[in-house]
Amino acid sequence: MLDILGKRYYFFALSLLVILPGLIILAINGLPLAIDFSGGTILELQFPTTNLPPTEEVVQIYNELGFREVQVQTAAGPSGQRDLLVIRSPFMDEEAKNKVVSTMEERFGIEQITVNRFDSVGPVIAAQVTNRAALAVAVAALAVVLYITYAFRGIPHAFRYGICAIIAMLHDILVVFSITGIGSVLWGWQMDSLFLTALLTVIGFSTQDKIVVFDRIRENSAFLRKLPFEKLANHSIVQTLQRSINTQLMTVEFMLLALALFGGVTLREFAVILLVGLFSGTYSSIFVAAPILVVWENKEWRTWFRKQNASA
Amino acid sequence: MNRRLVNLIIILLIFALAVWVDLPNNPGIKIGSFEKKLETVLGLDLRGGMQVILSVPPEIAVTQQNLQDAAAILENRSNALGVSEVVFQTAGERIIVGEFPGATNTEEVINPIRQVGQLEFVDTGNTPLPPGTEILTDFGLPEPVTQPTEEDGKIRYHTILTGKDLKSVGVVRGQLNEYEVAIEFNPEAGKIFEEWTTQNVGKYLTIVLDKKVISSPVIEQPIKDGQGVIRGGFTADSANSLAVQLRYGSLPIPLNIEQIRVIGPTLGQDSLQKSLIAGLIGFSIVMLFMAIYYRVPGFVADLALIFYALLTFAIFKAIPVTLTLPGIAGFLLSTGSALDANILIFERLKEELRNGRTVRQAIDLGWRRAWPSIRDSNIAALITSGILFWFGSAFGASFVKGFALTLALGVAVSLFTALFVTRTLLSLFLESIKEPEKRPELFGI
Repeated sequence: MLDILGKRYYFFALSLLVILPGLIILAINGLPLAIDFSGGTILELQFPTTNLPPTEEVVQIYNELGFREVQVQTAAGPSGQRDLLVIRSPFMDEEAKNKVVSTMEERFGIEQITVNRFDSVGPVIAAQVTNRAALAVAVAALAVVLYITYAFRGIPHAFRYGICAIIAMLHDILVVFSITGIGSVLWGWQMDSLFLTALLTVIGFSTQDKIVVFDRIRENSAFLRKLPFEKLANHSIVQTLQRSINTQLMTVEFMLLALALFGGVTLREFAVILLVGLFSGTYSSIFVAAPILVVWENKEWRTWFRKQNASA
Repeated sequence: MNRRLVNLIIILLIFALAVWVDLPNNPGIKIGSFEKKLETVLGLDLRGGMQVILSVPPEIAVTQQNLQDAAAILENRSNALGVSEVVFQTAGERIIVGEFPGATNTEEVINPIRQVGQLEFVDTGNTPLPPGTEILTDFGLPEPVTQPTEEDGKIRYHTILTGKDLKSVGVVRGQLNEYEVAIEFNPEAGKIFEEWTTQNVGKYLTIVLDKKVISSPVIEQPIKDGQGVIRGGFTADSANSLAVQLRYGSLPIPLNIEQIRVIGPTLGQDSLQKSLIAGLIGFSIVMLFMAIYYRVPGFVADLALIFYALLTFAIFKAIPVTLTLPGIAGFLLSTGSALDANILIFERLKEELRNGRTVRQAIDLGWRRAWPSIRDSNIAALITSGILFWFGSAFGASFVKGFALTLALGVAVSLFTALFVTRTLLSLFLESIKEPEKRPELFGI
């Protein structure tokens, strides 16, 4: 039979390999918070021409109206032409925005500038949302662990299953942060409310996978009592492997891949984060959660700091 | 009658109902005075529009009632100004969210929010007016009216002072410990007030907001120093709300604009089309996979999946759930959850068949054994959606809310289809095949 658990330390290393680069980026650059959490304004203007005004002149207009720290990007609009200006600035109200647009129309001699998107978030509400978001993640994680502990109350060390699910969940959260960190450098991704939605979904679905694996261990432990725990766990993992692959890879991931490839631009980042996060959720139930259960059962940390050859 | 047949009939009935609800241009349900429209409600991100978040300044105390009143007043005002389909909702303790589908002109939308209602103190002579009565006043007219005069079915009265003349407002307790609203005018206005009250003891001073009467107290004695109290059998709450109204104009609480989002209609249309195409592609691939990999059960699961999609969409229409992009994503994800239940069962089914059970036994065992993990994992998903929903409601993040709602509904419906529809259909299918045990290829074994 496939021996997955025997190679557990290799899988731990692989996880670190995925998690660390993104976290290092985040540690250096800070979290790429979107205006939902940091406050500020995004103004997306569609021009009737691809002959967009130069960035410096746009910044100039903002400066004249008293806005510093302005970033201007060009982007492709729905028509596929590069006729969009995306301007990030500190929080402004609609009066200031109208002034910006009318000044542009005047100065660049362009008749029709369409406001595709105008998002403006005040600093107060941004701070509140951030607090509440952190709370939402914490409450979700806690609720799920409590539920697992409750659902597995019949078997020995039910609490352990909850803790292992938390560790694996943290793993998934870190993977999501890591991929977002990498995305922020490569494609300018930002952490907005959609990111939070994706994160919470990963938390919810990641637990789903852990429960399926744990449930097999729960069921098998009823009649395979005499088997060493490692064998029992490995057996359970292999039994549920097919289901994990089919559910995750074949259905959910295909769905998300379709969204990422063919869905609108607005959903792409969301779909990719979910794709990676949910994959990590499946991966971590097999290669993180269950192995940690075994590490715990064997109390392997006692051998970690000695010369070892038994671990791999 | 055979139980499976009864189940099949139930399934077909639900199916027919769902298809009927899903029909575009569905006329809706109309029974007597009960009327329900069945329309797909698209969120702002799909049809374009504007969202405004207003919050109460932190130093102001606010009750849930204040907030709801303010939301209702704002909605009435916007509707009166011809901005259609506006919704103002309270979110959490200090936030009001306004959504304006289709609107992109920020000025048109924001002005009614900015505008503060007109408060007037009106001379109505010997007649007290019941609260809510609509009147006309001579405020701002070149010629004041000396007598109440009727115009277009309403009566025009003389305005003595307006809200601008007020210096302060507060709630106090009177001699009998009853609640009163104390007002103080500016010195200049105080003189006018003193003069008028001296001449009009025993008559009524009516307080009017945006030409609607809010209170009509009697003048008991001349009011000196520009200070007076309004009595009127107030409770603590009603005294407070009158005081706040006097202080802030028509809104019971002052509101700051905290957030504005405008989504252009083209962007929304574009995302909707693309996401729908993406959904269709994803759906087709998944269905193909199920049928190829699990053969007969997979095909049955596909039927159940179509049933699931139609039923869920019908529920979205019936509630109605506002469809946003993340909402569609949530729906697609929940189809994953629906299939997960099926896959868990089918994998079990295969295992039991390999162990030499008959098909009938294997189906029963497959369902029974897979149930605990299906139950536990779906409850975990429901817990998360609940928390997401709470988060979304507290901040007017309506798309987070939409995602949570569609996900939760999807998960719930998926449980029903996996446990009831797939099972009934599969049993019926296999009963019509002779000796399915001898044809393992039917199950992809």
